[in-house]
Amino acid sequence: MRHQRISRLASRAWWSVSVLALAGVLVVLFGIFWFVAVRGVPALRPALFTTVTSGVAGGLENAIAGTLLLVGAGLVLVTLVGIGTAIWIVEYAPPRAQDVSRFLIDVLAGVPSIVVGYFLYVVLVEGLGWGFSLVAGAFALTIVMLPYVVRSSDLALSGVPQALREGAFALGARRATVLFGVAIPWAIPGMLTGLLVATGIGLGETAPLIYTAGWSNFMPSLAPTHSPVGYLTYVVWTFISQPFPQAHALAYAAAALLMIFIFLTNLVSRSAVEYWSARSRRG
Amino acid sequence: MNNLTQRARMQPVLGVGTGIAAFASAAIVFLILIFLLVFAWPAIRFNGSGILTGVIWNIGNQYGSSTVTHNGVTAQAGASFGGLVFVFGTIATSALAMVIAVPLSFLVAVALVYRVPRKLQPLANTLVELMAGVPSVVYGLWGIVVLVPWVGNQLGPFAQAHLSWVPLVRGETGSGNGLLAAGIILALMVLPIMVATLRDVILAQPPTIFEASMALGSTTWQAVTRAVFPSVRKGFLAAVLVALGRALGETMAVLMVCGAAINQFPSNIFQAVNTIAAVIVSQLDSALTDASGMAQRSLAELALVLFLITLVVNVVARLTLRGADRSAQ
Repeated sequence: MRHQRISRLASRAWWSVSVLALAGVLVVLFGIFWFVAVRGVPALRPALFTTVTSGVAGGLENAIAGTLLLVGAGLVLVTLVGIGTAIWIVEYAPPRAQDVSRFLIDVLAGVPSIVVGYFLYVVLVEGLGWGFSLVAGAFALTIVMLPYVVRSSDLALSGVPQALREGAFALGARRATVLFGVAIPWAIPGMLTGLLVATGIGLGETAPLIYTAGWSNFMPSLAPTHSPVGYLTYVVWTFISQPFPQAHALAYAAAALLMIFIFLTNLVSRSAVEYWSARSRRG
Repeated sequence: MNNLTQRARMQPVLGVGTGIAAFASAAIVFLILIFLLVFAWPAIRFNGSGILTGVIWNIGNQYGSSTVTHNGVTAQAGASFGGLVFVFGTIATSALAMVIAVPLSFLVAVALVYRVPRKLQPLANTLVELMAGVPSVVYGLWGIVVLVPWVGNQLGPFAQAHLSWVPLVRGETGSGNGLLAAGIILALMVLPIMVATLRDVILAQPPTIFEASMALGSTTWQAVTRAVFPSVRKGFLAAVLVALGRALGETMAVLMVCGAAINQFPSNIFQAVNTIAAVIVSQLDSALTDASGMAQRSLAELALVLFLITLVVNVVARLTLRGADRSAQ
């Protein structure tokens, strides 16, 4: 009896600890959001969007444009390569090759992004002499985003009901017709979600860009090589360690913009999933 | 019909095209390994085992024309590329992060599954996702402005006054930049991966496990720790390993709060450290000034070391996960 009472007390105590742990983590999380909002939002002056950085002051126009350009270019590449890879794995690969490529993509997901950055620095920036550039930065983001896109598209395509494919084949459709007419439309929500998750990751990356995109105080020139590109995460990292208040304000503003971009991406991906699943339920 | 034949004609092109994409994706890991190895090769010969055992990182005298040659490779006089401080810092910060994050993620995950009302669960899941989506520079920014001053001004003096009998806490506590701040930030950053996985594997278990344990007279906490948890242990272990791999390679947040130690080890958890990932970023400018180029190549060698460490951790994680899938079937 006594033993039972002790374990019941212990159970209650542990549950309190675990709820407290959850509450503690939430407090820290909201603390971080609050911190970014309180310091960053007041720093978001309209002039930030129309002036470029000069030294440690000025605006963020170049960094905003650079971030959008790098992530945009990375997304185009990763859509082609990542979804292509997933289609091959699900539709064309022999079982053994399926296992091997999934394993290698998983391994790639675990490669630290700074290692990806240094690798491209060695190969593209130094080796091919492209210098800090848009293409090198976009390649870096592509490699970092790739595993997420491949995995989600792979899952989405593998989830297409076999009966649906067989039905289409029975109607005389060929492989490509089944793929574009049946499998991909079915898998689109999953693929889009993967791309949006990758977008969020690309927006927040710094380490792979330091060695590939470099940094520039000017608007990105759109030249593929030999022209460094600025981006928001660089501002957060470097400007906060400067001893000037206007540099700090820029760092906070850049952090707030990043969080807003990432929240929006998250929101869009959620509503897209809801929209698509509601649509597929209606048939 | 026309449309259909057109699509059908694309078929071989599609197979080849997607095959090339897949080959390229799968080859990246090998390309990273090969190119880093080739580029770092002179440094590997010059440094020998020193990259893992040496403590002094010094790119050598850049103003004289004197050089030093070792194993047929030339660097500036006085150059020494010892990476032990960074290897130690990488492992120490990640280990500390796991010490904090593993029990914390267990507590948070079970609270999420068993104590958060059904209606609030989607909200809780969104928050976990958002936490995973916060960029590492934003964690770093919060670290610099909030966490580091708190560790330096509150926690440090408190520990000095009351906890000086604890071995790794005793001694100078410094500004707050250091091992503890880096460990806390890393713990926060990897927490969502572990919480989300543990939550998912618990929810994937049949509720009968919990109910059967309750029917045998256990308390709810015993049912969770002794019946439910053992059935999801492997899945959780895999998540812990993936999180460890992430922590070992995390760059920006650690760089911003670690104190960037060079040539010295911390004597307690408050002092400055440095990690491989952080030093690759912070030493770039200095490495570019090395006339012999050996500093750049030594950084590549460090990148290679980091790549191999995370590779081992991730492969073990994969194998654990495969084992977990098999035992679940």
